[in-house]
Amino acid sequence: MIMNTLIWLLPLPPLLAFFLIVLFTNRSNRLSHTLAIGAALLSWAGAMYVFWGAIHVPDLAQNPIASAINWFPTGNTWFRIGVQIDPLSTVALFFVAWTILMIFIYSVGYHNYGQPKGDHDQPGLPPHGATLAGKDGHEHHVPSIEPMYARFFAFSSLFAFAMYLLVVSDNLLTLYIGWEIMGLCSYLLIGFWYAKESARNAAVKAFLTTRVGDVFMLLGLAFLYSTTGTLNYHEIFGNPALLEKLATTGSGILGLSVAGAIGLLLFLGTVGKSAQFPLHVWLPDAMEGPTPVSAMIHAATMVSAGVYLAIRIFPLVSAGWIPGTPLNTTMTVMALIGAFTALFSATIAVGQNDIKRVLAYSTISQLGYMIAALGVGAYTAAAFHLVTHAFFKALLFLGSGSVIHGMEHGVLHTGKHVDAQDMFNMGGLRKKMPLTFWTFLIGGLALSGFPLVTAGFWSKDEILAGAFNGGHLVVFITLALAALLTAFYTMRQISLTFLGKPRTPAAEHAQETGWTMTLPLVVLAFFAVTAGWAGISSSFPGLGRLVPNWFEGFVGTMLAETETAAAALHSLVPLFTSLVVALGGLALGWWVYKDLPLGAADPLQNVFKGFYTLLKKKYYLDEAYDFLFVGPSHWIADVLTAEWVDRKMIDGFLHGVAKLALTLGTTLRNFFDLPVVNGTGDALGEGVRNFGTSLKVIQTGRVQQYLIIGVLILVTVGILFYFLLTLSLI
Amino acid sequence: MQFPILSVIVFTPLLAGLLIVLMPPARKTEVKVIALAAASVSLLLAIWTYFSYNVSAGGYQFVERLPWLPQLGISYAMGVDGISMPLVLLAGVVVFCGALISWGIDDRPREFYAFLMFLATSVFGVFVSLDLFQLFFFFEIAVFPKYLMIVVWGYPKTREYGAMKLTLYLFIGSVVALIGALAMYFASGLHTFDLIALEKANFSASFQYIWFPVVFFGFAILGGIFPFHSWAPDGHVAAPTAVSMLLAGVEMKVGAFAALRVAIMLLPQGARDWAWLILILATVNVIYGAFIAMIQTDFKYVIGFSSVSHMGLVLLGFATLSAEGLTGAGMQMFSHGIMTALFFAVVGMAYDRTHTRDISKLGGLIKKMPWAGVGFIIGGLVSMGMPGFSGFTAEFPIFMGIWRSTPPIFAIIAVVGVVITAAYILRVVSKVFFGELSPEFEQGVGDVTVLDKVAIGLLSVLMIALGVLPSLMVPMVQSGVEHVLRLLGGA
Repeated sequence: MIMNTLIWLLPLPPLLAFFLIVLFTNRSNRLSHTLAIGAALLSWAGAMYVFWGAIHVPDLAQNPIASAINWFPTGNTWFRIGVQIDPLSTVALFFVAWTILMIFIYSVGYHNYGQPKGDHDQPGLPPHGATLAGKDGHEHHVPSIEPMYARFFAFSSLFAFAMYLLVVSDNLLTLYIGWEIMGLCSYLLIGFWYAKESARNAAVKAFLTTRVGDVFMLLGLAFLYSTTGTLNYHEIFGNPALLEKLATTGSGILGLSVAGAIGLLLFLGTVGKSAQFPLHVWLPDAMEGPTPVSAMIHAATMVSAGVYLAIRIFPLVSAGWIPGTPLNTTMTVMALIGAFTALFSATIAVGQNDIKRVLAYSTISQLGYMIAALGVGAYTAAAFHLVTHAFFKALLFLGSGSVIHGMEHGVLHTGKHVDAQDMFNMGGLRKKMPLTFWTFLIGGLALSGFPLVTAGFWSKDEILAGAFNGGHLVVFITLALAALLTAFYTMRQISLTFLGKPRTPAAEHAQETGWTMTLPLVVLAFFAVTAGWAGISSSFPGLGRLVPNWFEGFVGTMLAETETAAAALHSLVPLFTSLVVALGGLALGWWVYKDLPLGAADPLQNVFKGFYTLLKKKYYLDEAYDFLFVGPSHWIADVLTAEWVDRKMIDGFLHGVAKLALTLGTTLRNFFDLPVVNGTGDALGEGVRNFGTSLKVIQTGRVQQYLIIGVLILVTVGILFYFLLTLSLI
Repeated sequence: MQFPILSVIVFTPLLAGLLIVLMPPARKTEVKVIALAAASVSLLLAIWTYFSYNVSAGGYQFVERLPWLPQLGISYAMGVDGISMPLVLLAGVVVFCGALISWGIDDRPREFYAFLMFLATSVFGVFVSLDLFQLFFFFEIAVFPKYLMIVVWGYPKTREYGAMKLTLYLFIGSVVALIGALAMYFASGLHTFDLIALEKANFSASFQYIWFPVVFFGFAILGGIFPFHSWAPDGHVAAPTAVSMLLAGVEMKVGAFAALRVAIMLLPQGARDWAWLILILATVNVIYGAFIAMIQTDFKYVIGFSSVSHMGLVLLGFATLSAEGLTGAGMQMFSHGIMTALFFAVVGMAYDRTHTRDISKLGGLIKKMPWAGVGFIIGGLVSMGMPGFSGFTAEFPIFMGIWRSTPPIFAIIAVVGVVITAAYILRVVSKVFFGELSPEFEQGVGDVTVLDKVAIGLLSVLMIALGVLPSLMVPMVQSGVEHVLRLLGGA
C-alpha cells in the first residue's frame, strides 16, 4: 500500500517545484535551484525505493503494482487513470531518475551559479560574461550567470514531472498527457534563449514536427479506444484473446489488421518524438537550447519516451506474429525505418563539426537501433539499449557541455572570439580538462560499443544478434555498417576535441569545470560501464554462463511465453561483427584525425568531395522539406485558400450578389420606377396641371367676360340638348 | 411556484440596460458600475444554477412556463438541460469579462454598455428558450445592438463593411430558419411552438428530408459553417473588443446550439439523411480556417479565422450523431467560447496599447504585459488540444466520434487541422510575445489593468479546471446528449 501511494507521489515533487518557482521564488536563484534539485532528489529517492521494491516482487509482469482512479466520464463508465509499475516501467524509472537528478545538479554549474551578473546580459540571450576589476588593477573577464536562471529550473522541473508521469502511468492516455507536456517543455526549453531567432525557429520546428506524429498517435488512441473500450496497458497488452482478435480483424486501411493499423498510428507518434526518419529533422536543431536541455531531451526524457511507447505497444504490434516467421507489415515498417535511420544519420554525423550536432545525429542513429530491434522482435534488446543509451548519451551531452564551458572560459580569457562548439577549434583538451576527458572517453567508447567493459557493447551486441538470428540480414548489415560509422565518428570527435595539440588559444586556456558539473559526469560514467552487466547475453562465450542475464529475466517476462522464445540459432557471427566494427571504426577514426593541425580541412573532405558536402548539408533534407511541405502549405494557405476561395470565390460571390442587388435596384429605379411608376403618376399630375393651366386663360376676373362665356355655354348646351332630344325621338 | 431564476438571469441585463439608457450621459462611471453589477448578478446566478442542476436526473430543469399568445400556441417557456446549462454559464462568464475589459471605453459608454446588456439578454434568452417562437424572438433582438456596436465603436476602416456583412448574413440565415420553423409548426398539426412538444411530432421522412437543411443551415450560418463563414472573421475584426468576445465566444455558439436544438433534435431523421454534408463542410471548416489563419498578417484576423476552424470541430461533433461526438461538441462549444473570448480580449489589450495589429510590427510584448502573454499562451494550448486543458477534453471525444462513425479520411484531415492550429498559434506567440520588442513600444506600452487581469485570470482558470477535472462538466453534457441520442433513435 505504501508502494502504491509512493508511485502516485513520484511525479509530484517536480510539478510542485515548477509552481513554487513560477509563483513565488523566481526572484531568488538560490531558492529556485534548491527547490528544483530538492524535488528531483525526492523523486529520485522515491524512484529508487520503488525500483528496489519492484525488482523483488515475483512475477511482476503479471501482477504489476497498480492503482487507478476515475477521471474522464465516458457514457456509463469512467475512463480511469492510474499508475502502474511493471518490469518495463521499473527499468525506465531507474534511468529516468538518475539522469534527471544528474542533469539538474549539472545545470547549476552550467548556468554559472555564483558568478556575477553579466555586463550586457538580458533575458532571452545566453550570458555573455562579466568584467571584474582584480586587485592588481587588471580587468578579468569571467562567465556571468544566466539571466533567466530560475525560469530554467522551473521549466526543467515541469519536464521532469511529465517524464515521471509518463513512466508511471498505467494507460496510454496519461502517457499521452505526459508526452504532450514534454512537447510543450521542449518548445519552451529549446526556445529558452528566445531573443535568438534561430532558437525560436528551432523551438517551433521541434514542436510542429513532433506534433505531426502526435496527432496520428491521437488517432491511434481514438481507434484503439473505440475498438476495445480501454486504453489500459494491462487490459490490452496483457490480454492475449483481445490481441488475437485485433490481429485477425481487418481494419480496411491499406490491408492492415486492426492491431497493425493501430500499431502503425501509434508508431507514428514514436517517429515524431524519437526523431526517426522522416521526422528526425527537429532533433539536431534542438541543440539551440542550453546543453542540459539537450541532455534532457536526448537521454532522460523526450526521445526515450518515444521508444518507451514503441516498446509498450510491442505486444499489439507483434500480435499474431510468432518468432521465426516473416514479420508483419507494421513490424517490417519499424525494422526498415529504424535500420535506415540508424545508418542514414550515422553518415550525417560523420560530416558535422559542431560537437553537439555530432551527438545529436548519433542519438537519432541509436534510436534507430532500438526501433529496428523492435521491428525484428528483439524486445528486451531494445529496452536494454534504451537504458544503456540514456546513461551514456546523457554523459556525452553533459561532457560536451563541459567542453563548451571550458572553451568559453578560454574565449573569455583570451578575448578572441572563436566558435566554442566547433571541434576544429579544440584539440588537446585532455590535459586541460582531465575529468571531462576520461568520462567523455568512457561515454564515447560505450557509444561505439567498445567490447566487454562498456554498457553500449552489450546492448548493441544483443540487437545485432537479434537481427542476425532472426534471419533479417538486410537489417543486420545496415546496423553493422552504422555501428562501424558510429565508432568512426566517435573517435573522430574524441580525437579532434581531446587529443593532439590545442588548435586555438581558446583551447589552450580552457579550464576544467567545477564539481557540480563533473560529479554528474562521474556518476553517469559509472553507469555507462556497469549498466551493461545487468544484461550479458547468456549465449556469450564464457561470461554468459557466469553472469546471469538479469535484464532478460526481468523485462522479458513482459511478453507472453511464445514471443520470448528467442530464435534457436546462436551464432557467433554477430558477436564477431560487433567486435570488428567497434574496434575497426575506433582505430580508423583515431588514425585519420589524430594530430590534425590548425586550419586543416577535414581529411574526409579531400577524399570524398561531393559526398562530404552532401553529408555536411544533411542530404539537403531541410531544404527539401521547405520545398515539399512548407512552401506548398503556404501556397495553399495564402494563394489557394485565402486569396482564391475566400476572397475571390466566397466573398466575390457575396460582393457579386451585393452588386447585383445594387444593379437591380438601379435598373428598376431607372427603367421601371422612374419611367413607369413615377412616369404615370407624374404624367397624371402633369396632365391635370396642364389642363388647369389651359383653363386658366379664361379666368380673367371680368364679369362681362364670364357672362359672355356663360351665354355661349348655355347656347351650346341648348343646341346639344336639342339635337340629342330630336335624335332620341327619331 | 419556485423562484424564476432563469428569467432573472435573462432579464437582469435588460433592466440594467434600460436603466442605463435613462441615465444622464455624463455619469460614465455609474453606467459601468450598473452594467458590471448586472453582469455579476447573471453570472453568479448562472453559477448557482450550474451547480444546482441535477445531473443524474437530467432533462429540462428550472422550467418556467406561462401562456403568451395561447391562440397561436406560443408560450413563455424557459428551462435548461445538460447542453444548454454550460452555455448559459459561458454567456455569463463572457458577458462579465466583456464588461470588465471595456472599462476603458470613453466614447459614449452609456450607449455601449446599454447595448452590451441588450446583447446579453439576447444570448441568455436563446439558450434557455423552450419555445420555438421565443427562441426566434431572442435570436433576433441581438441584431440591433450588434450592428450598432460594430458601426459606432468598431474599427474605423472596416466597421461599416463588417457590420453590414454580418447583419445581412445573419438575417438571411434567420429568415431561412424561420421559414423552416413555420413549416414545422404547420406540419406538426399540434398548434404549438413548444420545443418539447415538437420533439414528439414525428414529422414524416420526406418532410424532414426537405426541411432539415433549411433549418440547419439557417442557424449554422451563425455557427460559421463553410461556405457561409465569411461574415465571421470580418465581423469579429471590425467589432470592438467586448463585442468580438461575445460574437465569437457566445453568438457562434448560439448558432450551433440552435442548429442542434431545432434542426437536429426536432428533425432527427433529416439529420441522419444530411449528416454526410455537414461532415464534409465541417471538415472543410476545420482545415480551411486553420490554413487562412496561418498566413494572416493581422493579429485579430488570425483569431477570427481560428474561430471558423474551431467551430468546424463543433459541427463535426454534430455530424457524427454519436455520443462521443456530441459530447465533445458540447464541451468544445464551452471551451472554445472561453478560449476565443480570452484571445480577443488579449488582442484588444495589445491593440489598445500598441495601436497596431500587424504581426510583423509587434514583438516581445510578454515583457510589457506578462498577464496577457501568459493568458494568450494558455489559450493557445487549449486551441491546440493540449492535454490538461479544456481543449483536449473537448477534442478527444470528437476525434473518437469521428473515427468511430465516419471513414478515416475525415479524422485524418481534421487532425491535420490540429497541426496547422499549432503552427499558427506558435507563429503568433513566438512573434508577438517573444520576438524582439520594437523600440517604440519600449516606452509607450504599459501593463494591462487590474480588471483586465481579473478577466484573463477567470478565463484561464476555467480552461485549466476543465482540463484537469473533466468531470466538472462532461457528465452534465452527457446527460443532455443522451436525450439527443434518444431522439435520434437508439445508439
